[in-house]
Parts: sequence; structure tokens; C-alpha cells
Amino acid sequence: MAWPVINRQEQAAVPGAEPLLSERVKARITAFFDRYETKRAALIPALHVVQDTYGGVSLQAIKEVAALLGLAPAEVYDTMSFYSHFWAGRRGRKVVVVCRSLSCQVLGHERLLAALKEHLKIGEHETTPDGEWSLMTEECLGACEHGPCMLINERLHARVTPDDVPRILADPDCDKVDLPAGASPQPEPKEKRGGV
Amino acid sequence: MAFEPVLSRNFDVPGAASIETYRRRGGYKAIEKALQMGRDGVVEQVKTAGLRGRGGAGFPAATKWSFLPPNRTTTYLCVNADESEPGTFNNRYIMELDPHLLLEGILIAGYATRTSVAYIYIRVEYHKAYRVLQKALDEAQAAGLFGEKILGSEDFSMQCYIHRGAGAYVCGEETGLLESLEGNRGWPRIKPPFPAVAGLFGKPTVVNNVETLACVVPIIERGGEWFASIGNPPTSTGPKLYTISGPVNRPGCYEAPLGLTVRDLVYGEAYGGGMLDGRTLKAVVPGGLSVGFLTAGELDCKLDFDDPRKYGLLGLGTAGAMVIDEATDMRQVLLNVARFYATESCGQCTQCREGTMWIYKIAQRIAAGAGRIEDLDLITEITATMGMMTGRSICGHSDGAAFPLRTLIAKFRGEFEDRIHSQGDVAEALAAQ
Ligand SMILES: Cc1cc2nc3c(=O)[nH]c(=O)nc-3n(C[C@H](O)[C@H](O)[C@H](O)COP(=O)(O)O)c2cc1C
Ligand code: SF4
Ligand code: FES
Repeated sequence: MAWPVINRQEQAAVPGAEPLLSERVKARITAFFDRYETKRAALIPALHVVQDTYGGVSLQAIKEVAALLGLAPAEVYDTMSFYSHFWAGRRGRKVVVVCRSLSCQVLGHERLLAALKEHLKIGEHETTPDGEWSLMTEECLGACEHGPCMLINERLHARVTPDDVPRILADPDCDKVDLPAGASPQPEPKEKRGGV
Repeated sequence: MAFEPVLSRNFDVPGAASIETYRRRGGYKAIEKALQMGRDGVVEQVKTAGLRGRGGAGFPAATKWSFLPPNRTTTYLCVNADESEPGTFNNRYIMELDPHLLLEGILIAGYATRTSVAYIYIRVEYHKAYRVLQKALDEAQAAGLFGEKILGSEDFSMQCYIHRGAGAYVCGEETGLLESLEGNRGWPRIKPPFPAVAGLFGKPTVVNNVETLACVVPIIERGGEWFASIGNPPTSTGPKLYTISGPVNRPGCYEAPLGLTVRDLVYGEAYGGGMLDGRTLKAVVPGGLSVGFLTAGELDCKLDFDDPRKYGLLGLGTAGAMVIDEATDMRQVLLNVARFYATESCGQCTQCREGTMWIYKIAQRIAAGAGRIEDLDLITEITATMGMMTGRSICGHSDGAAFPLRTLIAKFRGEFEDRIHSQGDVAEALAAQ
């Protein structure tokens, strides 16, 4: 007997599950298609849009992105799981990323990390119970002259001492990128609906 | 003749990121000149200049372009702005402070190579650089510098897009970059075929670093011979953006001719400005982590394409120097270096995947106070099996791991031995680990 043919791609979205991606997000993703020879090449740009909008890339989002790009969800996950920037689970609204590479280490990144852990009362790669903060470490952020340095979402904080931590975290704009006058606007605001 | 900075000429100019200011200071004249010279004329100047890639491997740019098959229909230019080599940040300076310099370099190189689409692959952590560059690209597009029939030419049309990475060091390797752009895991490809023949989407592709492309602009402005007269000709020509970080007085990005000594970079008034708070220098990683370590006695090393090899280093690398002071415990440095290469290995090659992880585990043991003298030899032995140079790897990540690990052990062996001899109870340390 012949094996039944299963079209795995069309079953991408679980029947009955709440769709997550808004029409606007989908339009932003499909707008990438003109740029590349294949739809698949729009995958990482698409994951950026999804994560920037919803705060993470959930399983439902993976399925919907796969359907848009004509891929299997497993292919999307295969790519996504290679990159430390994408996450499937919950993270805080503000993600603190401390550089742990050599120059920052020599200048005391460990003291900075300890101060952050104490202030936020969480460990490395954890999120506060109120969903506000996550604390991560990454390899060289390419800002070694500012060591020890850290990113809070898009903003880089330079030469941070343990004493600076409470003041920086109390600033509501601590995650907004500091652009020179006239440069591009801030990132698009997050959408309220959905969740990870 | 005093050295005149060209790559950093706009860094201190307020508003230099805008197209008006860039133009007012003579910008976008070189692309007009290039169009008059013709494609062969541009390639000839770049060849005469002796321009070698600034991304780490130092491959001659004009030679790389000449590998493109003559009868091609599509050509891609991938601009490597992944800049993830620890200690390196000169590409960021260019993109944040003078983005149109990069865009003009892309235009000229794109013209010379008959590129149809250029992709700028920028690491995701460069949020500010990305936004400044995107604005500059929008301005340039609005001014007709990208798109169809650029500057009224009959035979030059090119699109340009910025493509953000997602946090993986190995995507800076040129074929890892291509895989990543195609939407895959950033696994470097087996070469040959080289990207010039079968690159992005299987089409002829040039991959060049941001600084390499920035160099093309002054080469066209002032001529290849001018460029070739700077630095240490004939092998190391032109200016270079050096970066320096760690406990020095003036960490930052500085332009100087190729061949600056490490001593000048660290202590020169115009560069690093000496050690911070009177600290004592113990070691320098002069070219991005992967080149390896110099001792305080080796600061005469010249940062050009040849001299670092005489000190057992991989090469010039990215000329991103990281300074380490006396107070730093080299066991912690070893741990840091070993962790970097182990966690950033893509895992395709056995020697790289297993070797870096073994060394990381050994380094953890040593750092915990449970090291053995044999561990030092074991690390050295493992590094000798890794890398493209030994014929066992797909990409240079594992060569880049071998050099810092090997030179660290070889050049600071005395300290490692002392610390191992004076460590406390090994059983206790192991239990606590
Ligand atoms: C593991 C690894 C990481 C690399 N990372 C980068 C990088 O971040 N930026 C870069 O320009 N080149 C990087 N390279 C070098 C590239 O493979 C390639 O040689 C370079 O982009 C070519 O450009 P160039 O000839 O203009 O220097 C890396 C190489 C390896 C092996
Ligand atoms: S050498 Fe290492 S990083 Fe490079 S392809 Fe092999 S496993 Fe991947
Ligand atoms: S070492 Fe921390 S930013 Fe480079």
C-alpha cells in the first residue's frame, strides 16, 4: 500500500488556536519578500518583527511565520534556535544584557553583574516575577571602549559601576536608544494583544 | 609627511551622519569619479593600492573581485558588519559616525563588481548603528544614489538592504553569513566553492568588511598610489582604524598607518594614552581575541600584516587591542577565552566542537583551584589538533580558538604553574565546583 501523502506545511497552524500575528505584522513580514531570491531569506527579519512586537517568538508565532514563508514550523525553529537573540519563552519588558568578554571582564563586569543580581533579586538568565526585567550575559557587544558595559533593550550603558545600577534602572527611558539629532525614530511600539 | 586621517575624517564633525554634511565635505564625489573611470579603472586603482581585507583574513580586495566569473548575470555584495570579534569596534564607529562613507564605498565596490543587490549584514546588538545607517540609506536612496540607473549612468543599477543578524559570532565568517542571510542556521560552508563562484543563493558573491569598503572611497579620491605609499609597503598598505580597550586612559578608535606598534597604541598620547590609574601592563591581545596574546616584553610588535606572526600570533586580525593589567588572574582570562570559543562554536566539526568544550572544562577546573600541571600540556595538545590549518575544520573559528589558548599557556606558563602549585585542597575545590 502506498503511504498516504501528508502535507505537513498546510497543517502548520493548530486548528482552533487563536491566531497571534496581526495583519500589520504580517504585512511587515511579507514586505521583505521583494528583497531576496527566496522567501526563506526573510525568516530572520520576520522573527525580529515578531519578537520586537510581541516580546518573544511563541510556538503559535512560529507556526504562523512558517505558514507565511512556506516553511515547516520545524524549519523555522531550527533556524531560530541557532541564534541567542531569539527566545520562545517569556522575557521581561526590559532585557539587561551584560557583556562578559575579555575587556569588560578585566574592567570588572563581574562586580556589575553581582550588583544587578542583587538589585533585581534574580539570577543570570532569569526574569523578575512581575515580568519587568530579565538579566542576561552575552559575548563582546562591540563597545569595549565603554567597558564594563551593558545593553538595556536598545540602549547601551557605558562604564557602569555597581553604584550606578539603582539610578540607571530607575530611569524610565533607560531602554531607549540615544540617537543623534535627526536620526531615525525609535522602534515601533509593541502591540498589546497576544503574548508569549 | 604628516599622516592625514581619511577614514575618520568626519568622526568629530557634528551632523556628519547626514547626507548634506557628508556632501558638503566632499562626499559622493568619488562615486562620480568612479563612474567616469569605468569598472576596470576602479579595479586597477584598488589593485595598485594594495588594499587587503580589514575583516581579519587580509585577502587582497581586487583579487577577490577578480574571482567573479566573467559571464555572470547576477552578483551580490554582502557587507560584513557582524563585527563580533572581542575587542573590535571600528566598524561601529564608521556606521554610527560616518555612515555615508560606508554607503559610498558600497556604491563604488558595487559598480566595480557589477553588483545587483548589496546586503549589509549588521549584528543585532548594534541598535544605534543600525538606526543611523538606515536613515543614511533612506537619504541616499531619496537622492538617487541607490536604485535604477544610478547618477544617470546607463549600466549601473543596484539595490541595498540592511539585514540584521541575531547573535552568533560565527555568522561573521563569510559563508556562515551567507547561510544566515538565506534564513538558515549560520553554519559555515565547505570551500571550495568560494562565494565569488557560488555564494548567496548560489550566485557569484563578494563578501567585504565595512572598513575595507570604506577604504575604497579615499583610494578613488586620491589614487591607488597614494594609498600604497602609506603604512609598510608593499604588503601592508594604507591607513587602519585601530581600537583599544581595557584599563588604559583613552580607550577608543584611532586612525594610523598600518604598522603602528602595540607600544604606541597603548602608550601613545594620541592613542591609548597609557595605563589607567598607574596600573601595570601584563598582557595585550593586539588584534581581536583570535590572534593571541603578547607579553609586556613584546610591545614592539608592529600591527601590520606580517609582524604579528613573528610573535606566534595568528596575524593582524582586526587590530582591536585589549589590554590586561597585573592584577588580573590569568586563570580567569583562560576561562573567559575558553568559554567564548566553546559557546560560539557552531558544532559542525568534531575538533572544534569537542576540543573547545574540553578546554573549557579544563579551564573551569584550573580556575576553581583544582588544576594540574599536565592540564597545561593537555590544552596545548588539543589546540594542535584544531583548525583549518590542520585540515580538520570547515572554518577559521577553531584556528581563532587555538592561537589565544596556545599563546596564553605558552607565554604565561610561569604564572599558571605558580598558581597551580599554590592552590589549596584540590578535593575541596572540586567538591565546591
Ligand atoms: C569565526 C570567524 C568570524 C569572523 N567574523 C568576522 C566579522 O565579524 N567581520 C568581518 O568582517 N569578518 C569576519 N570574519 C572574516 C570573514 O570570514 C571574511 O574573511 C571577511 O568578512 C572578508 O572581508 P574582507 O576581505 O573585506 O576582510 C570572520 C572569520 C571567522 C573565521
Ligand atoms: S570550525 Fe568550528 S565554528 Fe567553524 S564550521 Fe567547524 S565547528 Fe563550526
Ligand atoms: S569586551 Fe565588552 S563590549 Fe567588547
